[in-house]
Amino acid sequence: MGSVLTAGDLRKGLKLEIDGDPYLIVDFEFTKPGKGQALYRCRLRNMITGIQFDRTYRSGEKFTAADLEEQDMQFLYSAGETYHFMNMSSFEQIEMPAAVVGDAASFLTENLVVAALLFQGRPIGLTLPNFVELKIVTSAPGIKGDTASGATKPATLETGHVIQVPLFVEEGETVRIDTRTGQYVERVKG
Amino acid sequence: MEIAEREILHSKRHFLETRCRVLRLIRAFFEKEGFLEVETPILTAAPAPEVHIRPVPTTTGLFLSTSPELHMKRMLAAGFEKIFQITRSFRAGERGRLHHPEFAILEWYRAGADYKDLQEDCQRLVRFTCRAITPKSGLHFQGMPLDFEGPWERYSVREAVRKFAGWDPGPDPDQDRFDIDMTQKIEKNLGFPAPCILEDYPRSQAALARIKPSEPEVAERFELFWAGIELANGFSELTDPKEQRIRFQSAIEKKEQFEGTRYPLPEAFLTSLEHLHPCAGVALGVDRLVMLLAGTEGIDDVVAFTPEMG
Repeated sequence: MGSVLTAGDLRKGLKLEIDGDPYLIVDFEFTKPGKGQALYRCRLRNMITGIQFDRTYRSGEKFTAADLEEQDMQFLYSAGETYHFMNMSSFEQIEMPAAVVGDAASFLTENLVVAALLFQGRPIGLTLPNFVELKIVTSAPGIKGDTASGATKPATLETGHVIQVPLFVEEGETVRIDTRTGQYVERVKG
Repeated sequence: MEIAEREILHSKRHFLETRCRVLRLIRAFFEKEGFLEVETPILTAAPAPEVHIRPVPTTTGLFLSTSPELHMKRMLAAGFEKIFQITRSFRAGERGRLHHPEFAILEWYRAGADYKDLQEDCQRLVRFTCRAITPKSGLHFQGMPLDFEGPWERYSVREAVRKFAGWDPGPDPDQDRFDIDMTQKIEKNLGFPAPCILEDYPRSQAALARIKPSEPEVAERFELFWAGIELANGFSELTDPKEQRIRFQSAIEKKEQFEGTRYPLPEAFLTSLEHLHPCAGVALGVDRLVMLLAGTEGIDDVVAFTPEMG
């Protein structure tokens, strides 16, 4: 169980448990009309479904902080729609459905350590390292000499995901990718 | 001093210069009108028991004043006729774009006056201050031009609730519905481009105001709005000690339920009411007025130190 909060604790960035789901306060406004009561207007985002809505709370209302923790998890393998990880502190194996892994699957390789977000012990999302290094498995040869124009070509990564790389990058080479933007950063000398 | 703090303070210099000029202009206005500037205690044994205003307690058993109202009315009861003060008031748990738990309040009283007279005061004070301070480019809030010379709009609370929220508040509206609609549907429409007076509040919404003799469903209370922002709250003062005691007792009961604290009755104030003749008073949020005149959108910009800066 998360700790008990009052309306006075509400602020942007706080995470609450409402009707069994974790919610993030993405926007917050304190208002108080004249001699009236304090009102706490929150825009809430469901951290599992992403659905947003506005709700106004009053003084005296009580809340439960969402029971969330982050744990380092190592990716082991995927089978169908299920991704298998090992908890780096307890060495327990856990499963995440593809829906929770989401776009991160594009950059997930065996043994990569990610930060998994757990709600009441159940994984609801993961954060990749900011940079990952992945091998190019297929890409058409670039045109020689055209390295300064910024032209790019598609390249398929070992995960099967396709990104844009500069023309000089060749098959079999390893590249660094910024997982926050999903874009090529540089070639890694192997 | 941290570099970040130096930068924050330096970035506010222009706003703080506006603040200084506004304070001087307010004092000049009341001097011109023949008012006496007074000071009343910030530490008080018995703050006015109002249901939704929570005092800040101290270790001495005294509270920080939530408003100078009770002491100033005690001076009026003793025969002072025109008094004003600029002081700091304290209200626990209030923090937002337009709220600080410690804030600058301007409060003034006129013996023999009613709330209509003080609406006139508000108009003269705002025009006097704005004329001296407005840049050639005019005043703006969130890109909208503001005006202070043109006629000021005026609504009764009943008209405003009907027009902007679509229902009739009557003498004792549901508190949640009234408060939520006031902040989310009504206030944002008030005071464009010129300030607006909202007056004649439902009887239940005025703890220290007189009931309007010609319309007993409402109290002689008004608020001043500009650019959707509540700037001032005033009323014809309730001078009946029996009625005032009943209202305080009811507020004390409710506060004990909500807050778990039983506040004492302000007995010295209630005694002084025996001698209080008809009068009216108004409180104005200085930080918010400065904010509008400085062309910024939150009161954090117009105080050197925000509550979080320690």
